[in-house]
Amino acid sequence: MLDVADLACRRGERLLFSGLSFQLRENTLLHVRGRNGSGKTTLLRALCGLLRPEAGSIRWRGEGIGELAEDYNRELLYFGHLNGIKADLTGLENLRIASTLDQDPADEPAILDALAQIGLEGFEDLPTRMLSQGQKKRVALARLILSKAPLWILDEPFTALDVDAVDLLQRLIAAQVADGGAVILTTHQEVPLTSGAIQRLTLGEDGGSMNQYWPEQPPQAERPTKTPH
Amino acid sequence: MFKVFYCVLARDLTLALRRRTDVLTTLFFFIIVVSLFPLGVGSEREQLRVLGPGVVWVAALLASMLALERLFAADYEDGTLEQLLLTGQPLALLVLGKVVAHWLLTGLPLVLIAPLVAMQYHLSGTAVWVMMAALAIGTPVLSLIGAIGAALTLGLRGGGILLSLLILPLYVPVLVYGAGAVSVSAIEIADTQPYFYLLSAFLMGSALLAPLAAAAALRISLE
Repeated sequence: MLDVADLACRRGERLLFSGLSFQLRENTLLHVRGRNGSGKTTLLRALCGLLRPEAGSIRWRGEGIGELAEDYNRELLYFGHLNGIKADLTGLENLRIASTLDQDPADEPAILDALAQIGLEGFEDLPTRMLSQGQKKRVALARLILSKAPLWILDEPFTALDVDAVDLLQRLIAAQVADGGAVILTTHQEVPLTSGAIQRLTLGEDGGSMNQYWPEQPPQAERPTKTPH
Repeated sequence: MFKVFYCVLARDLTLALRRRTDVLTTLFFFIIVVSLFPLGVGSEREQLRVLGPGVVWVAALLASMLALERLFAADYEDGTLEQLLLTGQPLALLVLGKVVAHWLLTGLPLVLIAPLVAMQYHLSGTAVWVMMAALAIGTPVLSLIGAIGAALTLGLRGGGILLSLLILPLYVPVLVYGAGAVSVSAIEIADTQPYFYLLSAFLMGSALLAPLAAAAALRISLE
């Protein structure tokens, strides 16, 4: 699905990584690891097309993401450090707007259902500024339930979540991978997959000048029984 | 396509209605600035009549300037702007939606309050109508051009000052022809039509080009 060749990114004067190449196929989870400051977020933003890489190409189903522009964005769901929800709008309104702009407007029952699944039943009509950090994050994560995008790019999605929410998110990610989608994520946590492959990419850091990467691709990972979701 | 535009418009209007102070500050700023001049210059009828159009326009310029900073800043801070960039919709269309909402909240109230504040300048009935019409055509241009500056200065420290330096010079044509139309309407044989044609041309041009430029500037600012 996603072909990355010879990618290099720079933040100010510092070259974060260079010569990064990997391929992402369907049914795959790409787990990007690396120390703080090694360029994980920068890599994800470059993969979203939010940031222009210094060198190299990123191709989606054979076409450069720069040329695809909006067509690529439609295939993509990005979840960044900021929740991307409006504090003055309710969870319901936030999700309704997000789904309308994503061009598959979800109807109200579907949104309410997604909010209930993520454990926010009874909080739908509260402005999200009244919610706790974790609950805000849950509102944002409810987008994953509504999303039909084949590629998810998630930047540290597990922070600020409690055990239940982490568990739910892991199941969502597993379901997305099992459904033929792909997920790229950064986390310091392990994500148990129920099907599909896990690729790992470690961004090295060496004084900020030379950077190494060593993608390892385990054999078409363990395939335990599919858990229904 | 219209649905997306309407969605962004409705979103920004809802947000503004939940946080009304922002809208009201712009309006009161305008009223206060316009009212300060008669107090400072004195109440001589003829003098005020000459000053009136220019003062109202400069105040409108500054008021619309004041509100511009917030056009993208709030969305930038909570990450929704990033999401808007990734929606798979033409960004220029989303920007246009935001600008129209911005004008409805900060430009339109000025147009409506203008006759009231113009009373302090002893403007004639026709002059007031001309002023309202000129403001109605001119203030959207201010919002549109301002959006480019707001997008360019997004996330910069001291962006507010830079924004004024960047945008105020670009407002000059609108100021010249907007205030010109009102001044000319006082002369009986003169025709205000050319002024309106020019203002409308500014509006058409900026409605077409400004969203594209602002969208490109947003992409740069978010990198």
